[in-house]
Amino acid sequence: MTRHYSALNLIKEGLNNQLGWQPAFRSAKPKRSYDIVVIGGGGHGLATAYYLAKQHKISNVAVIERGWIGGGNTGRNTTVIRSNYFYPQSAALYELSLSLYEQLSRELNYNIMFSQRGMMVLAHSEAEMEIAARSVNAMQLNRVDAELLTRKEVHKLAPILNFSPKARFPIYGAVNQPRAGTARHDAVAWAYARAADHLGVDIIQNCEVLGFTRQGGKISGIATTQGEIDCERIGVAVAGSSSVLAELGGYQLPILTYSLQAFVSEPVKPIMNTIAFSPGAGTYFSQSDKGEIVFGGALDRIPSYAQRGNPPAQQSVIAGLLEMAPLLGQLRLLRQWAGAVDVTPDSSPIMGPSGVPGIYVNCGWGTGGFKAIPAGGTLFAHLLATDTHHPISQPFDVSRFKRGELIDEGAASGIAH
Amino acid sequence: MTGLRVSGYGKIDTSRTLRFRFDGNSYFGHPGDTVASALLACGVRVVNRSFKYHRPRGILGSWVEEPNAIVDLIVNARRTPNCRATTTSLLDGMELFSLNGYPNAACDRLALIDKFARFIPASFYYKTFIWPNWHIYEPSIRAMTGLGTASLDWQASFYAVQQNIDCDVLVVGGGAAGLAAAKSSAQAGKSVILVDDRDAFGGWLNEGNHTVENISSEAWIRKQIEALQVAGARMLLRTTAFGIYDHNLVTLNQVHDDGRQDTLHRVRARLVILATGAIERPLTFSGNDSPGVMCAQAAASYLHRYGVLVGKNIAVASNNTLTDEVSAAMRRAGAEVSCIDVSELDNVTYQHNDLKLQLRNGIRRSVDTVLMSGGFTPTVHLHCQAGGKLDWRDDILAFVPRSDLEDVWTIGAAAGEFNLARALESAFESASGRRTKLGDRSWHLQSAWPIPNSKGRQWIDFQNDVTLKDIELAARENMVSVEHLKRYTTLGMANDQGKTSNMPGLAAMAAITGKTIPETGTTTYRPPFVPIPLGSFAGTQSGELFAPIKRLSLENEHKASEAVFREYGGWLRPAWYGRGEAQQHVQREARIARTSAGLMDSSPLGKIEIFGPDAAKFVDFVYYNTMSTLKPGAIRYGFLLSETGVILDDGVLSRISENHFVVSCSSSHVESVTLALDIWRQDQFDADRVFILNSTAQWATLNVTGPRSKDIINSASLGFTVDDDALPHMNFVSFEGVRISRVSFTGDRSYEINVSSNEAGDYWKKLTNAGREYGACLLGLEALLILRAEKGLIVVGKDTDGETMPHDIGFPIPRQKKQKEYVGKRSLFTDEANRADRRTLVGLSVDGHPLATGSHVVQHQNSGYQSIGFVTSSYVSPNTGGPIAMAMLREGLRRIGDTVNVYHLGEIRTAVVCNACVLDKDWERLNA
Amino acid sequence: MQIFKCPFCGTRNETEFRYTGQVGKLRPEPASQIEEGEWAKYVHFTENVRGPSREIWTHMTCGEVFFMTRDSQTMRVLATEALRRDTQ
Repeated sequence: MTRHYSALNLIKEGLNNQLGWQPAFRSAKPKRSYDIVVIGGGGHGLATAYYLAKQHKISNVAVIERGWIGGGNTGRNTTVIRSNYFYPQSAALYELSLSLYEQLSRELNYNIMFSQRGMMVLAHSEAEMEIAARSVNAMQLNRVDAELLTRKEVHKLAPILNFSPKARFPIYGAVNQPRAGTARHDAVAWAYARAADHLGVDIIQNCEVLGFTRQGGKISGIATTQGEIDCERIGVAVAGSSSVLAELGGYQLPILTYSLQAFVSEPVKPIMNTIAFSPGAGTYFSQSDKGEIVFGGALDRIPSYAQRGNPPAQQSVIAGLLEMAPLLGQLRLLRQWAGAVDVTPDSSPIMGPSGVPGIYVNCGWGTGGFKAIPAGGTLFAHLLATDTHHPISQPFDVSRFKRGELIDEGAASGIAH
Repeated sequence: MTGLRVSGYGKIDTSRTLRFRFDGNSYFGHPGDTVASALLACGVRVVNRSFKYHRPRGILGSWVEEPNAIVDLIVNARRTPNCRATTTSLLDGMELFSLNGYPNAACDRLALIDKFARFIPASFYYKTFIWPNWHIYEPSIRAMTGLGTASLDWQASFYAVQQNIDCDVLVVGGGAAGLAAAKSSAQAGKSVILVDDRDAFGGWLNEGNHTVENISSEAWIRKQIEALQVAGARMLLRTTAFGIYDHNLVTLNQVHDDGRQDTLHRVRARLVILATGAIERPLTFSGNDSPGVMCAQAAASYLHRYGVLVGKNIAVASNNTLTDEVSAAMRRAGAEVSCIDVSELDNVTYQHNDLKLQLRNGIRRSVDTVLMSGGFTPTVHLHCQAGGKLDWRDDILAFVPRSDLEDVWTIGAAAGEFNLARALESAFESASGRRTKLGDRSWHLQSAWPIPNSKGRQWIDFQNDVTLKDIELAARENMVSVEHLKRYTTLGMANDQGKTSNMPGLAAMAAITGKTIPETGTTTYRPPFVPIPLGSFAGTQSGELFAPIKRLSLENEHKASEAVFREYGGWLRPAWYGRGEAQQHVQREARIARTSAGLMDSSPLGKIEIFGPDAAKFVDFVYYNTMSTLKPGAIRYGFLLSETGVILDDGVLSRISENHFVVSCSSSHVESVTLALDIWRQDQFDADRVFILNSTAQWATLNVTGPRSKDIINSASLGFTVDDDALPHMNFVSFEGVRISRVSFTGDRSYEINVSSNEAGDYWKKLTNAGREYGACLLGLEALLILRAEKGLIVVGKDTDGETMPHDIGFPIPRQKKQKEYVGKRSLFTDEANRADRRTLVGLSVDGHPLATGSHVVQHQNSGYQSIGFVTSSYVSPNTGGPIAMAMLREGLRRIGDTVNVYHLGEIRTAVVCNACVLDKDWERLNA
Repeated sequence: MQIFKCPFCGTRNETEFRYTGQVGKLRPEPASQIEEGEWAKYVHFTENVRGPSREIWTHMTCGEVFFMTRDSQTMRVLATEALRRDTQ
């Protein structure tokens, strides 16, 4: 019976034909009732369940997942983790997440392979360098590690970028966050699932929520393809499907769901040791530990739940990649896929009561939910356990829209002159 | 030596010889060979080392399904990584390198790793490397992974051509079924495109001796091609249909062997017929990854296409009767062939260049080649990508496409029809618009799926070194869904994309979990079907063509005047004029513009015309300001807001007549403003009473600014003159199609002359000549930015951001007074909009060097600083004689006179808050 | 490359079109009488339907705003209607 992950146990089980390894998580059958139900078995939902059990000692919790855990955006992103945001509220949120990620492998006894080899956002003109300076200063004032790099410094970190004098987007410099990096996305979901399961949380896969049940005008639980489950507190963390649940629950959200494509090349020996994003080219890329170039860019700007994109966006992103690093033209596209991302008007997430008592939402992460999984989990757990906001999640309550208090990270990157 | 070339077989030209090298050794082949067929013909058995365990590997297949024979190649001094030997045409002088073997495939230092295989099963890396830190281990792991090597000095020599094609019928696959379907469709009058990824049509007909419609397959193929040509069908070889997208768009990648980049075709067809055939499955047994163990159909391919006999002493293990033909062919070609009962095969070991078979009944045999077949998997990828579902057929142990798509049909082996006559029948039917129900099969097979908990090391995914035990481990850890199985074991994630591993893998999981194969299901099919060069997607969308920059019609004139160009808002514009150090020119221009005059090409400025009976109502609605009170001939500055109350654009509005206005907006926002206006027009107004026309490109706008501007215009012989009575500030006059507006972005007397773009050159010449007399200069954008900053005038997107509202930058009146409804109005009264501490526009005064743009104004908070604003523009002003800066600062107006701290990259300096306008505060220079 | 049909120009590539919004959101007026929740609902909140719904689209090439009934899950176009009755 080997539960703990370690080199020693790898050796032990190596001699034992791997027979002693235990299931990472049980395939639980749903009970009739739970204290809290989390709908959505992605990174956020699983992390929430874990922190409910771990930090709030509430383990009579079920995670209800329509398909297989981590099968949504958690398994479809380009694995970037960073906290290089402009506003203090965002900085607090993503920094919390980054610092939780930094010791997550140890905490969950699961190597999520968080590799902090930095991320740079390139600046392609004097005007962009001014915006870069504004961002770097904002980050530094928010106590987030950020540096303003010169062209020479960018070259040192990423020599394969386009430093040709004829480049369409000449590199003037960059905003760099050294502590940013990448992690194994599936591993994050599986690690949280295993840890939550070990604390007594039931993870129920292949279970779709069909509606909410009500008693005496109050939410009393959920109706699923595996029967009804009673509970008084429900957390909804379903990303692109958030509006679908909202419709069932009787509340509204300010989101639109789009397909975000991501791509991977055939693997090659190491040539890129950091993450680079070019606002001009509209693409960013990194090289995985397997040697594949992992890259992505803008969404397909047509509302879609299809989890697949189309050639125009694919072409722009790939053309953008080759503008950033022309020598990548010798590689081939190996895989492409897409997630269904829920985008808010201010590119900032939504967390808080839904407006229907008993239902709480965590959504609107758009293209950037993976980096926030630990923060999303711990903050949402706090909300579900105490029915109050943690100070860090408070600004992201959906009520900010009616107050006009948007946290517009999209605009913070500056509109073109 | 195992493989050899046999005469009387093969369709390639053996009279010519091509030389190549592999891992330093010299070999030869013939035109028409693939790298794989040539290596086999030369008796090369070990072509690579496996990714994880560094086991010796040989060639398993013969086409896209090949998982082992991946090489880097150099030809004509160009290196291409990760080439599949089975699909790469042999060229003279090719230099090939195996991957993963240090130093090479034959002799690998890291082969030692295989001894420790038991300690590094699937997903072992999640269970360790936790302490102290992943970063300690990562570099070594990164150095060991990756397949081929990318060249750091690689440059694209060509761009991929991209073609859009429209047709009635696209037939994917030119084997028997595809040829028949294409021919029939073409003869029925349809426009047809037939594609095949090989260099010749025929598919499996080229891998055996077949008769079709009573003639030899060669003759039959020739006949179909002739008929297709006569009927005007388009045929593409070496072309892979790799993706199908929404609205039935199919993408094809065509390979050229003459050094050209691949061509990408985008095909829109009314009907797509998939005749993509089937791929043979390997068998799963202990030692099935040994060099010399191959798929049976591959051997047939090597023999009949390339004349290569893969071995002389061959054991055949197959679960189906389609392999009988292959065995017979091998015998005819001179090999000794023995057939082994699949259930009897215990273990195969690779020893001393030979294969040792161990059978369950105790018998041991020695052979040089094992040909295996576990059945065939129809190639259903495109059908599934298009959203089609699969049905399981127990009789052929395979998933076949359900007939559920209206415009994507599957025929032939891809539909599970392996009988030639029946396949042809369904092909002909499809051409007539009928889908046929498929009937009995004509061959037999037994189940030969992987058996869980059996002994030995049995390979499922050859490239990623995933074994049956790994699948058992995945199941033990409850990673039982096919998608978890794939990600946990990495089965199917190598560059062969699971073509030989997906089915055995999911069959193994089904057996372990006690489910049926259809219950277990497949992973999602996505493009690309095979790895496709990134260049194919980029095409010519590169360099200048990636994001074409807009250019001025006077560009040559500016060039002749030594303009230095920069990109501003998507336009290539003069930043300053003159060679040498930038600042001296910028300062000079900004100074002369105020002492004499500056001439500037402001043509990118947006000119959007609004006209119609409701034009006045319209402008009152879309503008923050009241505009309907403008008199014809007058101009007013205003803001266009979004519904969130945020400034979308600023600019002047000119009233031409009762029902005709011209919106002048920022050059970078012309398209977005035009679109926004047109949407309001159609959404909120009667579109027959308001019309919008973007005439930006028709008009050149030549700006003359400065104290001598009037004199210059009046002496330039433009055909008109201006005087202050007829043309006061913020008014315009028209003269024979030329509109002369008095608007000022510099704070000085300033005129914008709007002429038709065709005549711009003529006017520019006259103005510059006249200007010379008065000592005027040509004014670039950098100097202009200084001039407007001296007056505290904003640039949208630089001094404003996604939060800025008009009352933040000194325009509160309409918010207080305008009664009428306008875009964004309600948003100007939210809690947030009403806050007293909003960031407002101010100036910052410093001594010494200018503030860095992007610095933050800070105040103390706890043990650090908190940002209360930031510097948005900062320059050295030759007209005030020192640094000037604009900033957005919380409670800025209240802080005027205060000293504040300004933070930049760790340094703090002080500044004094002042009004943004630092020159000519009474605006007298407008009329000077 | 999806194709959409502009009521004025006919069938064109998806790159010429832009999703413009949800059908049926009436602009709340006058501003002085609109409660902030109602205004936020109009400006920001959406139904974001999974499946078929009627949407507002703009053909950027000609500026025509029109309705398209589209399924956001299958990506199929079910109907295209002109805003104006007299568009051909």
